[in-house]
Amino acid sequence: MRYSALSILKNGLFGNKGWKPAWRTPAPKPHYDVVIVGGGGHGLATAYYLAKEFGITNVAVVEKGYVGSGNVGRNTTIIRSNYLLPGNNPFYELSMKLWEGLEQDFNFNAMVSQRGVLNLFHSDAQRDAYTRRGNAMQLHGVDADLLDREAVRAMVPFLDFDNARFPIQGGLLQKRGGTVRHDAVAWGYARGADMRGVDILQNCEVTGIRQSQGRVLGVETTRGFIACNKLALAAAGNSSRVAEMAGLKLPMESHVLQAFVSEGLKPFIDGVVTFGAGHFYVSQSDKGGLVFGGDIDGYNSYAQRGNLATVEHVAEAGKAMIPALSRIRVLRSWGGVMDMSMDGSPVIDRTPIDNLYLNAGWCYGGFKATPASGFCFAHLLARDAPQATATAFRLDRFKRGYLIDEKGQGAQPNLH
Amino acid sequence: MASLIACPHCGRRPKEEFTIKGAALVRPEPEADADTWFDHVYLRDNPRGRYAEFWHHTSGCRRWLVVTRDTATHELEETRDAALWRRETAR
Ligand SMILES: Cc1cc2nc3c(=O)[nH]c(=O)nc-3n(C[C@H](O)[C@H](O)[C@H](O)COP(=O)(O)OP(=O)(O)OC[C@H]3O[C@@H](n4cnc5c(N)ncnc54)[C@H](O)[C@@H]3O)c2cc1C
Ligand SMILES: [Zn+2]
Repeated sequence: MRYSALSILKNGLFGNKGWKPAWRTPAPKPHYDVVIVGGGGHGLATAYYLAKEFGITNVAVVEKGYVGSGNVGRNTTIIRSNYLLPGNNPFYELSMKLWEGLEQDFNFNAMVSQRGVLNLFHSDAQRDAYTRRGNAMQLHGVDADLLDREAVRAMVPFLDFDNARFPIQGGLLQKRGGTVRHDAVAWGYARGADMRGVDILQNCEVTGIRQSQGRVLGVETTRGFIACNKLALAAAGNSSRVAEMAGLKLPMESHVLQAFVSEGLKPFIDGVVTFGAGHFYVSQSDKGGLVFGGDIDGYNSYAQRGNLATVEHVAEAGKAMIPALSRIRVLRSWGGVMDMSMDGSPVIDRTPIDNLYLNAGWCYGGFKATPASGFCFAHLLARDAPQATATAFRLDRFKRGYLIDEKGQGAQPNLH
Repeated sequence: MASLIACPHCGRRPKEEFTIKGAALVRPEPEADADTWFDHVYLRDNPRGRYAEFWHHTSGCRRWLVVTRDTATHELEETRDAALWRRETAR
C-alpha cells in the first residue's frame, strides 16, 4: 500500500482498520541469491537498493533480534557530510544527497530535518583546522560556513562564550546537516525492501558460516541452514564475531557509546551543536527532549551499556558549553556497541573469500552513512566493483598503508 | 563495570584515575616480518567474553597494569602489574 494523504483520509473514514503490517513475516527459503547478515540500517538499506536499483530481489536480511534493535535504533540521529579527507567526503556527500530525496524515494516519513550542524572552535589553531576542513568541503562542492563569535552568538546565545579555559571564538556550520528519525529509517527501508520481494527474517541469528573450497555455501542460523550465492555481512558492533565464523580477523574493536535524553523542554536548541573543547554534542528532539552524548567509554565492550565515569564526563562537558544544562534532568541513557576500526573509517569491500562481502567499521558515525552505505554495498554485491565514491574503503588498506584517519590519531580505536 | 578498580599497588581507586590503552599484546621482535607487525598493530581478536587490556594508573602510581575482564558482562576478573604479566607470558 502506498502511503499518502489520501490513504490516511480513506483509512480514517473506515476506523483505521485497513492498515496492513509494513512488512511480511516470511519463513526462510532454502536458498537466496544474496543473504545479508544484520537487519540494521545498513543491512536493510543494502537490501532495498539491491532490489530497487540493481534488480536483485531474491534476497534475505537475517536479523538476530528485531528490526531496529541494534545501533540504528540507538543513535543520536545526526547526519552531516563535513569530512576533510578525499576518501570520505564524496561518500558522505552522496549519503546527504540520498537523505535529501529519501522520503519520496521510499514513501515513508523519516522526518529528515536539515536543521544545521554547528561545530564550535575555541582557539586560533582550532579555527585554522576548521577553516581547512570547510575549504576542503567546499572544494568537494559541499556547503560550509565559517562563523565568527558574534554570528554564533546570534544562533545560540546561551553558550558559555567567555569560559575562562575554552572561550568560544566561532564555529563551522553545515546548514544541510541535521537529524533524521532513526527508527523510521529502519522501517522505511524494511518496508521498501519487503515490497520488492526481499525476505526480512527477524529473530534469526547467524551461528556459523558454511564454506567449501574457499567459497561460502550459506549460513547456519537458529532457524536452520540457508544457502546463498553471495553472503554480505553488515553486523555493525558484532562484525568481528560474524567475520570470525568465516575465519577472518578484522582490524576492528567493539566499544560502547552512550547517549542521553532529558525531560521535555520548550524549544531551546534549533540545530545540532558540538563542543570543540571536550566530548559533547546536543540537539533537541521534536518531542522536546535534549538528545546528547559524548565520546565512547574507551574499553572493549559488547554489553550495550556504559560506565558512570563517562556519564559524569559528558555532563561536565555539557555544562562547560551550556551552563543552563545544570538545571536539566536526564530521563534516559543507553549504550550501543560500535564497530571501531583502527583508522576510524569504514570498510565496504570484498574479502579474501570469493563470495563473502564486508560492510563494517562504522564507528560512532554510521547512521548518517546509512543510505550511501546501502547503495554502495548493493553496487559492490551486484557488480563486483566498488561504487565511485567508496573506492577508498578497502579492507586491505591497513596493510598497504592507505589509512583514512580523519583525526590523525593512529591505530588506536579508543582515540578515534 | 565497577566504578572502583583494584590497583595491585594502590588498592581500590576510582575508574577515572585510569587510562585505557587497549588489548594486552606482546610486542613482536623488531626483526619480525611485516605480516607479524601488521597483525600486531591492526588486527584484533575482539572477543565477546574474557579479555586482557593494558591500563595505565595515570592519576595514581603511574604503573602499567593488565586488567582482565569480561567484555559481555563487564565483570572484572583480575588486575596485575604489567611487568609481572610480561614476565609470565614470556615464559
Ligand atoms: C549512542 C549512539 C549514538 C550514535 N550517534 C550517531 C549519530 O548521531 N550519527 C551517526 O551518523 N551515527 C551515530 N551512531 C552510529 C550508528 O548508529 C551506527 O554506526 C550504525 O547504526 C551502524 O549500522 P547499522 O544501523 O547497520 O547497525 P545495527 O542497527 O547495529 O545493525 C546490525 C545488526 O546486526 C545484527 N546482528 C549482529 N550479529 C548477528 C548475527 N550473528 N546474526 C544475525 N544478526 C546479527 C544486530 O542484531 C543488529 O540489528 C551512534 C551510535 C550509538 C550507539
Ligand atoms: Zn596504582
